Amino acid sequence: MAGRYALRRHTNAIATVLALGATAVGLGWLALILGSLLWHGFRGLSPTVFTQMTPPPGSSGGLLNPIVGSLILTALAVAIGTPIGILAGTYMAEYGRYDRLTSVVRFINDILLSAPSIVVGLFIYEVMVAPMGHFSGWAGGVALAVLVIPVVVRTTEDMLTLVPNALREAATSIGLPRSLSITRICYRAARAGMVTGVLLAVARISGETAPLLFTSLNNQFWSPNLNAPMASLPVVIFQFALSPYKDWQSLAWTGALIITLAVLALSITARSLVASGKQQ
Amino acid sequence: MVDLALQEGAVVSVAGTMRARALDRLRLGDAVFRHLTRAAAVAVLLLLSGVIIALIDGSLPALRTFGFAFLTTERWNPVTEKFGALAPIYGTVVTSLIAMLIAVPVGLMIAFFLTELCPQWLRRPIGIAIELLAGIPSIIYGIWGLFVFAPFLQETLQPFLINTLGNVPLIAPLFSGPPYGIGMLTAGLILAIMVLPFVTSISRDVFEAVPPVLKEAAYGVGCTTWEVVRYVVLPYARVGVIGGVMLGLGRALGETMAVTFVIGNAHRISASLLAPGTTISATIANEFTEAVGDLYTSSLIALGLILFVITFIVLAAARYMLLRIERRIG
Repeated sequence: MAGRYALRRHTNAIATVLALGATAVGLGWLALILGSLLWHGFRGLSPTVFTQMTPPPGSSGGLLNPIVGSLILTALAVAIGTPIGILAGTYMAEYGRYDRLTSVVRFINDILLSAPSIVVGLFIYEVMVAPMGHFSGWAGGVALAVLVIPVVVRTTEDMLTLVPNALREAATSIGLPRSLSITRICYRAARAGMVTGVLLAVARISGETAPLLFTSLNNQFWSPNLNAPMASLPVVIFQFALSPYKDWQSLAWTGALIITLAVLALSITARSLVASGKQQ
Repeated sequence: MVDLALQEGAVVSVAGTMRARALDRLRLGDAVFRHLTRAAAVAVLLLLSGVIIALIDGSLPALRTFGFAFLTTERWNPVTEKFGALAPIYGTVVTSLIAMLIAVPVGLMIAFFLTELCPQWLRRPIGIAIELLAGIPSIIYGIWGLFVFAPFLQETLQPFLINTLGNVPLIAPLFSGPPYGIGMLTAGLILAIMVLPFVTSISRDVFEAVPPVLKEAAYGVGCTTWEVVRYVVLPYARVGVIGGVMLGLGRALGETMAVTFVIGNAHRISASLLAPGTTISATIANEFTEAVGDLYTSSLIALGLILFVITFIVLAAARYMLLRIERRIG
């Protein structure tokens, strides 16, 4: 009898240690990755990174054109993807909450949300790059927009569903048409959450490489022309990291550090927005 | 007097038409907005069907040329234009399996820690830290894997595996050959880290959704913490956990950049896990822009189609299971 109790206690102790160990492994890994990013990337971080173009191998330079390219592509993707995402989310939460269409769209959207991004790149290659005959910034921006849409749809729907019905009833009772009660009342009530969705979408696409590889490709030079191939930070990191040149590799690390810091800042901002929204 | 009354009537009717016009405008705006939102919702559906149609259309030449053999042949020769998808499919499946074998137990144990053992004030920070792992872009895992993790494995874990498990009968072929650093095992390990946050956060959410009464009853009859988790929480949350695992699997199957860096891009099926291989996504990422000839491009798109079909099935199953547990909780 006593042996059985001891056995159960031992099992419990072992499980506890394993759980602690697993958590330590998870946290340790995060620390390890961030640590080596800082270690390798911080040395190369200087003003010239932000003021000079990508260099040919063997000389010094910066990451100005890919940084600007990434900003342009991200802005384009948000400009295309956010309105579509917000409108679709609005339909699902407001007009067709109990529709068949809504449940189908929700299911499909969830699949798009985690679909492999490289497939999105292939899709845009087929419908934009191949017909146009050349790689372009437009194609890259649209490819990223395809990744923005599901994130925004999801958060918009979730946040609008949380808006209390009393607000909608009050708006209707003073004679506001449905569209105004949505845009003037519900959007305002759900604003923090919807902004969070856009921020999360930006965080997601700012590190995306796979869909850009064969849509916007890359450009060695200053390239603000959306009709031409455009440099972007992730693709430059990919190219430079796999190159045999030390200068390029160290620039790749610096670029990686910049992206990671930007993404972490975005997701922490998004989180604190949600937290402050909950307190109100 | 009469004039005045007439004038008043005119004012009223002018106001009336203005009012009617304003109402018409509002009604129109209302209808436009409604149809706009509906069109956007339909656009999401069209997006997915567009992806499927474009992929099928693009892969037709390859599928017509090679037929079903495309799925079952290993050779991949751009020079003679003979393509088969078996090696990338094998690599995708094996690396994802390695990732899940590691990430699932570790993720479940972290969820166990976060819901049952962790002091309240530590739960949020640790949860956020684990979720930050999910926010790091995959290219960062790639560069880290190539320059930090792979050399480390080459010097430590891989020689160790070769010297120990490499001598055990039956599984010896899995751990034979020289330690390259990069290869299937390294890619699987990196994927494990990337999938871990998905498994953890979903498991934690479904663990937390277990009614406290059930747990309290189990504690009341003298169960240890582990027994409560093993015999009460886990069975109750089983469907949700499987959903989370499938979601993670969907991620692992489609992950591109991190794998491309560390897989070695070798189009062959090796018995050894330490050998370089390739996956569907890594093949596309590496070769698409350099592919010359329609058949080559089309074969790569066909690979993309296969990947999409596999992940679609896995993700649909995951969503179905998560929906089931949501209904039970809600």
